[in-house]
Amino acid sequence: MARKSARDRMKNEVNAGSMADIAFLLLIFFLVVTTIETDTGVLVRLPPWSDDEPETEKLNKRNVYSVLVNANNELLVRGEPADIDDLRENAKKFIMNPEKRSDMAETPQKAIISLRNDRGTKYKTYLKVYNELKAAYTELRNIEAQKQFGKDFVDLDRDDKKIIIAKVPLILSEAEPTAFGEEN
Amino acid sequence: MSKFKKKRGASTPEVSTASLPDIIFMLLFFFMVVTVLRDSSLKVQVEIPDATELTKLDKKSLVNYIYVGKPLLKEQKIYGTKPRIQLGDKFAELTDIPFFIATFKEKTAENQRQLITTSLRVDGDVTMGIVSDVKTQLRKSSQLKVNYSAKKEVE
Repeated sequence: MARKSARDRMKNEVNAGSMADIAFLLLIFFLVVTTIETDTGVLVRLPPWSDDEPETEKLNKRNVYSVLVNANNELLVRGEPADIDDLRENAKKFIMNPEKRSDMAETPQKAIISLRNDRGTKYKTYLKVYNELKAAYTELRNIEAQKQFGKDFVDLDRDDKKIIIAKVPLILSEAEPTAFGEEN
Repeated sequence: MSKFKKKRGASTPEVSTASLPDIIFMLLFFFMVVTVLRDSSLKVQVEIPDATELTKLDKKSLVNYIYVGKPLLKEQKIYGTKPRIQLGDKFAELTDIPFFIATFKEKTAENQRQLITTSLRVDGDVTMGIVSDVKTQLRKSSQLKVNYSAKKEVE
């Protein structure tokens, strides 16, 4: 309305209105680029390397749960063809041996899972089998933890976890893969 | 000069937008800090398989990645279609793995070295041959904490 005097104009500051726009632009850039999600996966611990041939320990056959995954992604569990979907239940039965059968593990502490695959086995199948075996142990540990502490295994504190692990230890030995099957 | 002089034409003062940039900047800084720029662009096709027994890898600075999969379409002219290993942002051979692990260890503080996890991001359709070879290399470089990268099953 009124004409601005020269003095009024002197008081004018730099227009900061566009600052927000600039900041917005940067903000949107980082919003788009950000990936907060973390990596998830099946955590395993590899056995240390030794140049010597591993000692073929004299193992009682009843304590070994051998799982073989061949190049056609088929399963052979203790010499019998098997289905992946039954693996978890069967492994649990083997480890705990509730009926005290003479061809299954003496105690859960003595049970050993032996996993063997071909070089031609698909990674997907291998991981699925590994996952099922690990799941069997997780379920057994949960049962044990519920019995002793009334909580799930993951909710226990460190010392209690150790007690459960000592009761149901995961012993999984992996043999060097056999060189069968076509690799892609 | 007078303090009590009524201002003319200032009957409806607008809401000051001067603090708007500050708010935006605060958000900006938050995202800047949180952001992890993808440091390696993938050169191999990796379709991560599903699993249920998942563990979260929290400390990103203590994780290194090994990618295994078929080369991307645009790389196939040079590198073929056989599955290959990618370390960092380039293709690598099996024999490069010990050096890769050693370099990573060197960069990590000594008291945290045993916490380093190697995350294997392997395509589901790759055969176990190459994966076993990678595992052997890792064992030889005594990098035993390994994560088979997998995602939650979508039902």
